[in-house]
Amino acid sequence: MSVYITFTVERLVDEIFIHNLYVEFIIMERHNSYSQVKGVSTGTTILAVTFNGGVIIGSDSRASMGESYVSSKTINKLIQVHDKIFCCIAGSLADAQAVTKMAKFQLSFHSIQMESPPLVKAAASIMRELCYNNKEELQAGFITAGWDRKKGPQIYVVSMGGMLLSQPFTIGGSGSTYIYGYVDAKFKPDMSLEEATQFSTNALALAMGRDNVSGGVVHLVVITEAGAKHIVVPGDKLPKFHDE
Amino acid sequence: MAATLQFPANVSSFNNYNDAVPDWTQREVSTGTTIMAVEFDGGVVMGADSRTTTGAYIANRVTDKLTPIHERIFCCRSGSAADTQAIADAVTYQLGFHSIELDEAPLVQTAASLFKDMCYRYREELMAGIIVAGWDKRRGGQVYTVPVGGMMTRQPVSVGGSGSSYIYGYVDSNYKTGMSKEECLKFTAGALTLAMERDGSSGGVVRLAVISELGVERQVILGNQLQQFSTA
Repeated sequence: MSVYITFTVERLVDEIFIHNLYVEFIIMERHNSYSQVKGVSTGTTILAVTFNGGVIIGSDSRASMGESYVSSKTINKLIQVHDKIFCCIAGSLADAQAVTKMAKFQLSFHSIQMESPPLVKAAASIMRELCYNNKEELQAGFITAGWDRKKGPQIYVVSMGGMLLSQPFTIGGSGSTYIYGYVDAKFKPDMSLEEATQFSTNALALAMGRDNVSGGVVHLVVITEAGAKHIVVPGDKLPKFHDE
Repeated sequence: MAATLQFPANVSSFNNYNDAVPDWTQREVSTGTTIMAVEFDGGVVMGADSRTTTGAYIANRVTDKLTPIHERIFCCRSGSAADTQAIADAVTYQLGFHSIELDEAPLVQTAASLFKDMCYRYREELMAGIIVAGWDKRRGGQVYTVPVGGMMTRQPVSVGGSGSSYIYGYVDSNYKTGMSKEECLKFTAGALTLAMERDGSSGGVVRLAVISELGVERQVILGNQLQQFSTA
């Protein structure tokens, strides 16, 4: 059974510009799935890793609709919620945008009240409250990473049901299953910036090579005490492995 | 749990958790597993974990999933334990007969074709993912994969089973052509260890087999001897 819906997706937030056109999509019945497809979903690969002095957060750039249409090849899934705090999203794009927009607002308000830059944990807690209290309706998970004066570089994972967990590195999204072995083998605590960049790029390239709903370019944001730097690694500059 | 909802016993779903009836009475025995085979110059290295599960119960924690089909041809089994055992028995018989008729050692490709014929013909009834590997005089070490559905293809390195998803990245990045036998053994053991750490249906010990012109060497790496990777 299939249902056709036509709608317009408008500019929602400044950081993520998706479409400004009429999009038609089909909701397909998936007999093994217990959940309804909720529109545009970022079948994706995201990761975050701490290194000596900072944290790198990275993602692919593909947004897919249904299972075979790539609705965007160059979407940026790394959302800046404050100067040195970024989030990356997996799951339903609409849900993720709504949550991060709300979190960004609450965080800036909190930061003004406290008269100091917010803690990474504060940002992650706001996302967790939103995810946990609306767990029935939402279908999005987040990785929050950043740098603050109190604890330095940190990574927090907010899973779909609203669990909050701090980890030295983490991977997420549909493509992450293929790289669990690789990151388990290759991660070392306290890497240098170069090693960490190579590690992230390799991991994302490997996941994009095996997961058909991840792809495009690699977006990386390096967050240190000095600030946040956005690096894009285009397709032809990605590392190649033995069978390519 | 204060109250249990009764479901009919034949409904199998991950969310039907009924305390009154144990899980293993409702689930099929499955070698949810990690299996792997790598070609090197002169032979093949095959590896598997050793866990067989019936739902959440580990029915056998020291399973041998590397099954001999002929003197220098083995297969790694994943999927339903019953289905794969039955197919392996049938192919062993057919291959033995064929080898006697031919009066020489059978080809690995022949064994793989026999697996493929059976897995494809009965693809609706079966749930079996098999990797066939071995050594023969004509083409040396070869690895053929026959996944669920009944396709057959030769690959220099092949992984299978539920745990294989987690190690695609590791295998893609660490495999190089022209590895020696020792390098292949270390590569296989490392990959299986990583998969066993992430996949709940894989675990136990790592069983390895090296097949070459000289014959078959088998090894077991116990849990406490596995390579340690630093994880979060």
